[in-house]
Amino acid sequence: MFEGRRQILLLFFIIIGLVFLGKLFFLQVIDDSYEKAADNNAIRKIIQIPFRGEVYDRHNKLIVYNTPVYDLYITPRKAHVRDTLQFCQLFGITRAYFDSTCKQAKIYSRVKPYLFLKHLSKEDFARVQDAMVDFPGFTFTTTAFRTYQSKAFSNALGYVAEINSNSLQTQKDDYYRQGDYVGVSGIESFYEEDLRGQRGVKYRMVNSNGVEKGDFKEGRLDIQPIAGKNLYTGVDIRLQEYADSLMQHKVGSVVAIEPATGEILTMVSAPSYDPSLLAGRNFSKYYQDLALDPMKPLLNRPPSAYYRPGSTFKLIQALVGLQLGIITPGSVFTHAGAPVKCHSHNTSHNDLHNAIQWSCNPYFYHAFRKILYEDTQGNTYERSAQGLQRWSELVANFGFGRKLGVDLGNEKKGILPNVEYYNKVYKGENTWKFSNIYSLSIGEGELVVNPLKMANVAAIIANRGWYIPPHLVKAIGDNKVVDPFYKTPVSVGIDSKHFGVVIEGMKDAVLHGTVGGDGKIPDIVMCGKTGTSQNAKGEDHSVFIAFAPKDNPKIAIAVFVENAGFGGFAAAPIASLIIEKYLKGKVDRKAVEEKFMNKSYLPNVLSVTGP
Amino acid sequence: MSNQNQLVSKVDWITVSLYALFVLAGWMNIYSAVYNPETHLWIFDAKFYDSNAGKQLIWMGTSLILIICIFAIDFRFFEAFAPIIYASFIGLLVLVPFLGVTINGSHSWFKFGTITIQPAEFAKTATALLLAKYINEPQVNLSKWKNQWIAAAIIGLPMILIIASNETGSALVFASFLILLYREGLPGEYPGLFIGSVTIFVSALLLSPWTILATLIVIAGIIIALSPIYVQRLKQTYTKAAFFIVGIMFMVFLVDLAVNKVLKEHQRNRIKVLIDPSFDPRGLGYQVTQSKIAIGSGGFWGKGYLQGTQTKFDFVPEQSTDFIFCTIGEEHGFFGVMVVILLFVAFLWRLMYLADQQRSRFARAYGYGVVGILFFHFLVNIGMTIGLMPIMGIPLPFFSYGGSSLWSFTILLFIFLKLDSHRSDMLSR
Repeated sequence: MFEGRRQILLLFFIIIGLVFLGKLFFLQVIDDSYEKAADNNAIRKIIQIPFRGEVYDRHNKLIVYNTPVYDLYITPRKAHVRDTLQFCQLFGITRAYFDSTCKQAKIYSRVKPYLFLKHLSKEDFARVQDAMVDFPGFTFTTTAFRTYQSKAFSNALGYVAEINSNSLQTQKDDYYRQGDYVGVSGIESFYEEDLRGQRGVKYRMVNSNGVEKGDFKEGRLDIQPIAGKNLYTGVDIRLQEYADSLMQHKVGSVVAIEPATGEILTMVSAPSYDPSLLAGRNFSKYYQDLALDPMKPLLNRPPSAYYRPGSTFKLIQALVGLQLGIITPGSVFTHAGAPVKCHSHNTSHNDLHNAIQWSCNPYFYHAFRKILYEDTQGNTYERSAQGLQRWSELVANFGFGRKLGVDLGNEKKGILPNVEYYNKVYKGENTWKFSNIYSLSIGEGELVVNPLKMANVAAIIANRGWYIPPHLVKAIGDNKVVDPFYKTPVSVGIDSKHFGVVIEGMKDAVLHGTVGGDGKIPDIVMCGKTGTSQNAKGEDHSVFIAFAPKDNPKIAIAVFVENAGFGGFAAAPIASLIIEKYLKGKVDRKAVEEKFMNKSYLPNVLSVTGP
Repeated sequence: MSNQNQLVSKVDWITVSLYALFVLAGWMNIYSAVYNPETHLWIFDAKFYDSNAGKQLIWMGTSLILIICIFAIDFRFFEAFAPIIYASFIGLLVLVPFLGVTINGSHSWFKFGTITIQPAEFAKTATALLLAKYINEPQVNLSKWKNQWIAAAIIGLPMILIIASNETGSALVFASFLILLYREGLPGEYPGLFIGSVTIFVSALLLSPWTILATLIVIAGIIIALSPIYVQRLKQTYTKAAFFIVGIMFMVFLVDLAVNKVLKEHQRNRIKVLIDPSFDPRGLGYQVTQSKIAIGSGGFWGKGYLQGTQTKFDFVPEQSTDFIFCTIGEEHGFFGVMVVILLFVAFLWRLMYLADQQRSRFARAYGYGVVGILFFHFLVNIGMTIGLMPIMGIPLPFFSYGGSSLWSFTILLFIFLKLDSHRSDMLSR
C-alpha cells in the first residue's frame, strides 16, 4: 500500500535540497557583497601614523621636532566612573562635557573606543595615570605634536593642522582621512610628502565585541610605517631670531641668502606669531585670533607680499644699460630735463658710480630713456615698444615677473611690465611711449616685486651675474638628497665685467652716500642700495638690499620695512645689524641695535600689505 | 558468536557510515567554531573539555555507549514498551515546569550535576514509537476519522506540553509526523491542506491582501478559460470560484488578525525578520544577517578549515549549535554545503528505502517517523541560516553541538537500525 508515496516524498526532499542549493549558490558564488560585509565585520584596519620628519638649521640645530601627546578614549561598555566629580576635576573638564561626550560615545558604539579627550600633555598624562585604575574603560593612545625650539621662523616653516574638508575632497591620491594632520603652509606644506613619511597599516581581526583576536593573514598584508624624512635647512636659526627681534614693532620682511649657494639664511615676516600656538589643543582658538588679526601675522610676506622695488631697482637699470651698451660707466647725465628730482646730491660730474652712490633719479630717467630710444627705429611709440622689449627680456632674467622657484607654496610672480602688458593697459599697440612709463626708470610705476626677489638681486650682484634659485631646505632625509634645481646656477645674461662699477657705487652708497651712520659697519665692507617704495596706502616703505663683504660675499640681504619712509632710515641699519651679526657672530653697535629693536613703525602702518 | 556476526552483517553499514561521517564532520566544525588561534588547546589538555568541542567529544563517546545499549536490548522491547516510554516522557514534560532549570531563556531542561537534558528532544522518539505501534494495530485505517483523531492526540499531547514550556521550535517538529502518517495511508488532502495553509499563511505575511486577491482572480480566470466550454457556461462554476476566493481571502484576514493580535511580540518579530532582515539588523535581524554574511563570504571553495573569521569571532550567535551550518558555509564554501546537502538527501533516501524493506508495519512507520523528524530539522535549520525560514532554535541533526540533541538523534536513528537488523525476524502483516 502507498509504495508510490516514497517517490513523492523523495521528490519533495530533492526539491527542497535544490532550493537550498540555489539560494546558497546565489549567496556564496554570485553575490559578493557578503564577502565585503564579512571583512568589515571582522577586520579592523589600524592606521599607524609615523613620526613626522624633524627640521634642522644650517648648523644641525634642531628647530622642529615631535612631542608625544595622549588621546583619551572611552569604551562605553567597559567604562565605569564612580566619582564623576573627581574625574572631571582630574581632567579639568566640565560635567556637561563629560555627560555629552559619554552620550555621543554610546551612540557611536558600546564596544568600540571613542575619542573622549584630545591631546593630553606628557605631564598631564603622568599626573592622571595613577588615578586611571579607578576608571576602567578608558584607554590612551599616543600621537605627536609639532614642537618648536624657537619662536622665530614660524611663517616660512608653516604649521601642521587637521586637514580641512576641502583639501580632503580634492586630494589626488586619497591618502588622508578625516582628522589627519597635514602641513598647511610654509615648508611643512611644501615638503609634506617627505615629512609625513609612509603611513603604516595593520589589519587585525576582531570579534563581535570589537576585541582583537590576532593578526589578519599573519600580518602579510600589513604595511610598516616609515618615519618621515628630516629636513636640513640652510637657515641660521640664531640669525633668524636676531632678525626677528629687530623686526618687532614693524611690518615687513627680511630675506638673507648665501650668494654662493642660494641657501636662505633668514626669512623674517613681521609681525609673526609663536608657532607653538598652532601646535596644541587650542589650535582653533589661536588660529581664529591670528587669522582675524588685521596685521596678518599668518601671512608669509617675503615670497608673497607686493612692493615696488623703488630705487633698489636702479642697480638693475644700470646693469641692463651697460649690457645693452647704451651706457658706460663714464656716461654722464645731468639733472636737467627730467620730471623726477634728485634730492640727495648736487654734483657736477654725475657718472654711473655717482648716480648709484646718491641714487640719482634724473640719471636713471635719462638712462632708461636712452635704453628705449637708442638704436631703435620708427616713431617714439614704436621705439618705446622695441626698447622696452629688449629691456624687459634682460630684467626678466633677474626673476622679475616670474617665480624664482623657492620651496614655498605661496610664492608670487610679481609684475614685470612688458610690451604686451602696456598694450593691454593702453588698449592697443603703439599707444604708449616713454613719457607714459618713465616711472619704471626709478623702480616705481607698475613694477611689483617681493622681498625674496630683491634679496636674490643682491645675491646676483654679489655673484656678478648668476644665482642659484633661493631655497630654504638644502637636503632631505638621512641620505641628504638634494634637488638638482637648487644646485644649478642660473645666469642673468649680464657680463660680469659690468658689475664692478655697480658694486663700487653700492659700496660708496653705504660709506658716504644715501646710507646714514646707523647703517655702516665699522670693519666690514658692505655694498648696498637704498630704496623708497611708494605705495598708495600711506608713508613710503623703507627698502634696502645689500651684500657683504664686498670681496667673496657671504651674505646677500633685502630688508623691507613698511611705512618707515626712506630706505636709509630703517631698512639699511637693520640690514647692517643682521650682516654684522652673521659675519662676526656678534654685534658691537649696541646703541644702534637697541634703537632699532625698540623703534616702532606700527602707528604708520595701515592694515593691508601691498603696493 | 554466530549471532554477533549475523548482527554485523545485518546492520545497514551505509547508514551507519553516513551517521559517523556527519558526526565527525560536525565535530570538526564545532572545533573550528570555538577555535581560537591565540589560546589554542589540544585534545589532551584537560581544559579542552571545557570547550564545546571537548564536550562534544564526550557526547560522541557516550553516544557510542547508547548505540551499544540499543543493540543489546531485545528488538521487541521498543514496540512492546512504546506506551510506557511515551508515558514516562509525557510525565517528564509535565514535571519540567516544576523541576526544570532555565537555559538560554528556555525553561525546559533537567539538570543532573553538570549534565543537562532536554526531555523535549527525546519525546520525539517516544512519540514516533507509540505512533508506529498504534498504526501497527490491524484495525487502524488512517482514512478513518476515529483513527486520525487518535493519531493526532498521540502527536498533539507532547506538542502542547512543549509549547507550554516555551519551546515552540521543538514543538513544531511534531508536524513532521505528517510524513509518517502520509506514508501509512493518511489521505493526501491532509499534507496538501497543510502545505496549502502554510502557503496562504506565508503569502498573507509577505503580500498585501489586494495582491493576493488579484492573483487569485487571475488564477481562477486562467483555470476557467482552460476548462471545457460546457463547464464555463455553468453558473455554478462562477459561484464556486467566487466562494473559493472569498474563503481564501477570509483566511488571509484571519492570518493578519492572528499575527497582529494572537502572536506574541517576539514571535511576530521573528516572522517580520524573515520577511525583511534589515528590519532590525542589530537586534533580531542580526542573527540572520550575520549568518548570511558568514555563509555568503565563503565563496565557492570556502576560506579553508579554521580560517573563517565570522563564525570564529562570535559574529554569528549560537554558531556551534543551531548555526553550525554557517561554519560549514564559511570555511568550506558552496562546495562544502553542496556535499552536506546532497549527502543528507541521500541519507534520507536510504532511510526511506530501508523503511520500505521492513516486513513489520511498526518498523516501517517508525522509519518514516525518523525520516520526517530528520527532514524537518534539515529543512528548518538550513532554511533559517540562509534566511528562508524564521529562526527557530532547532539543531542540524548530528552536526550541531549539544548532548541532548546528539543523544536523541542517535537513539532515534539507532532504534530504527536495530529494528532494521531484525527485519527478517519480524512478522509481516
